[in-house]
Amino acid sequence: MISRSWRNIAIIGVLLVLAIAVPRLGLPAFYVSLLTQTWIYGILAMSLDLLVGFTGLVSFMQAAFFGIGAYVVAIGATRYHFVDFWLTLVVAVLVAGIAAAAFGALALRAEDAGFIIITLALNEIVWGLAYQWVSMSGGDNGITGFLRVNVGPFHTTDNSGFYYLSLTALIICLTLLVLMVRSPFGLVLVGARERPRRMAALGYNVWLFRYLALVIAAMFAAVAGVLFAYYNEFVGPGSLSLDTTVQVLIMVILGGTGTLIGPLLGAGILVFLSNALSDITQRWVLILGAVYVVTVMYAPDGIVGLINRLAARARSRRELSLAASAAPAGAFNPRGGPER
Amino acid sequence: MTVAALHDPDSTGETCLQLTGISKRFGNLHVLDDVALSVRHGERRGIIGPNGAGKTTLFNVIAGELAPTSGKVHLYGREITRLPPHSRARLGLARTFQTTTLLPGLTVVENLVLSLQALTPTRFQCFVPRTRYRAFREEALRLLGQVQLDHCADWLVRALGHGEQRQVEILMALAQRPKLLLLDEPTAGLSAADAVLVTDMLRAYHRDVAMVLIEHDLSVVFNVVERITVLHYGRVVAEESVEGIHDNPVVQEIYLGGKL
Ligand SMILES: Nc1ncnc2c1ncn2[C@@H]1O[C@H](COP(=O)(O)OP(=O)(O)O)[C@@H](O)[C@H]1O
Ligand SMILES: [Mg+2]
Repeated sequence: MISRSWRNIAIIGVLLVLAIAVPRLGLPAFYVSLLTQTWIYGILAMSLDLLVGFTGLVSFMQAAFFGIGAYVVAIGATRYHFVDFWLTLVVAVLVAGIAAAAFGALALRAEDAGFIIITLALNEIVWGLAYQWVSMSGGDNGITGFLRVNVGPFHTTDNSGFYYLSLTALIICLTLLVLMVRSPFGLVLVGARERPRRMAALGYNVWLFRYLALVIAAMFAAVAGVLFAYYNEFVGPGSLSLDTTVQVLIMVILGGTGTLIGPLLGAGILVFLSNALSDITQRWVLILGAVYVVTVMYAPDGIVGLINRLAARARSRRELSLAASAAPAGAFNPRGGPER
Repeated sequence: MTVAALHDPDSTGETCLQLTGISKRFGNLHVLDDVALSVRHGERRGIIGPNGAGKTTLFNVIAGELAPTSGKVHLYGREITRLPPHSRARLGLARTFQTTTLLPGLTVVENLVLSLQALTPTRFQCFVPRTRYRAFREEALRLLGQVQLDHCADWLVRALGHGEQRQVEILMALAQRPKLLLLDEPTAGLSAADAVLVTDMLRAYHRDVAMVLIEHDLSVVFNVVERITVLHYGRVVAEESVEGIHDNPVVQEIYLGGKL
């Protein structure tokens, strides 16, 4: 039997080939653009999953860092004539990291509901700043008048070039995040989520690890924000609104928290759904709400969780029928055996 | 004569833990009242007392989860009264909780690795997979082997029995080679057979670590410790060797009801 990890590698390989092939399949440009948005929101949703799924911090301020990244591009290009992509990216990531260091210090004074409320308030403050500080941010009108820049081999002015830039960024971010959750640091985050008292008793500064996770997640969100600004050649306060925060949370929960790949799936579903539905009805947010309620009720661990559960059930049924036909009755492990 | 007494460490040894004038109030409730306690290096100390006497609260004060209303805590001469729990752990203080507190969704090895890496810079390593750190896994397997649990190394902790979970929790504490181990009712809720597993494990452990043990089951206390402190309504009412505790009139009156 092929081992599961090889099967996973094969699946990832096929998906990757498909993703690379998309712009050459002659699909309408519309779909290429929706997928580009999926990759960008995917980075944002995965960054939030590091907090919600792995660290156990339900942060409502992830859009703020996404927006900060986007505004750094727009303000940098229009006011300070930053046109170098890499420099802009580094500045955006640093500014978001510094903002997260400040906001994190405030938000982590509280836990649970208190944390949620503080992050919500901080996100509103950043939004208010973007909305009100017209001389800097352009207020409600946002900022236009900057253009995509070419990045290395990517000719971003045509949409397939931007598609490949976003896909590359997604793959790099996904790889880094997967490494992180599988690292010793990642184990500490999970420990701090599950049993903070135990972790403190072992000598871990639980606060510090949560704080670091918050800052790291904000930096990934800023990468998504930078891509988003260039993609649209426009930045407005909507990018860091509460609306965006909530939508990203829904992507994470819909896809499955603590899976990274689930939030990417959730991002795709929301991007495609919002485009399909907003053509038909103004009330697509309502439908989104309904999708969300159905998920929470029937797949509380998201789509990836649901798939895993169905697969586990199919597997155990297969093993049971095998065991019934072949194994002696005593072979059943009384403890239920290792669960993994 | 108990086995513990055979190993009685040098009674002139260094002081490991020193509590002076520890009081703790919750509102009007005086849970601890002027508690003094001194534990020598390598000593095995039992703390007994009726339910609600303040034993767990005392542990929480020692470990840093609760700040005392007044009084001081010293560990090897260093004042730690204001240090947070994680800093005390880094100074060599380890504990188990009254209700077993492990990471049930992680494997047994992962739980032990969390303990092993806690005091090393590796805990901040975020771009190298855990599987690269073989030494931690090997050390975890070695520790599990000591209590014949290596066969369930890769099981989720929640698949273990209560007694085994207790053993893993104690292993996690000992894996860090602490100087002081606080054990809050380590055999509570265990079957008699499981309780024996745990006490044997504690008795067999070498004498570099001081242990303070809260226990309800007096046979456990007598098996593991050499001195006993009796707490009653938040006050230390007696401190005696295991041999002398039977005859202590205060103890007989308020705790043992004379039936020992
Ligand atoms: N956080 C707290 N707030 C208020 N009262 C507490 C708190 N913790 C413990 N107590 C009270 O302190 C007393 C001693 O509790 P505890 O230390 O758990 O006793 P023991 O471990 O000896 O059974 C009990 O009356 C308990 O209700
Ligand atoms: Mg207690």
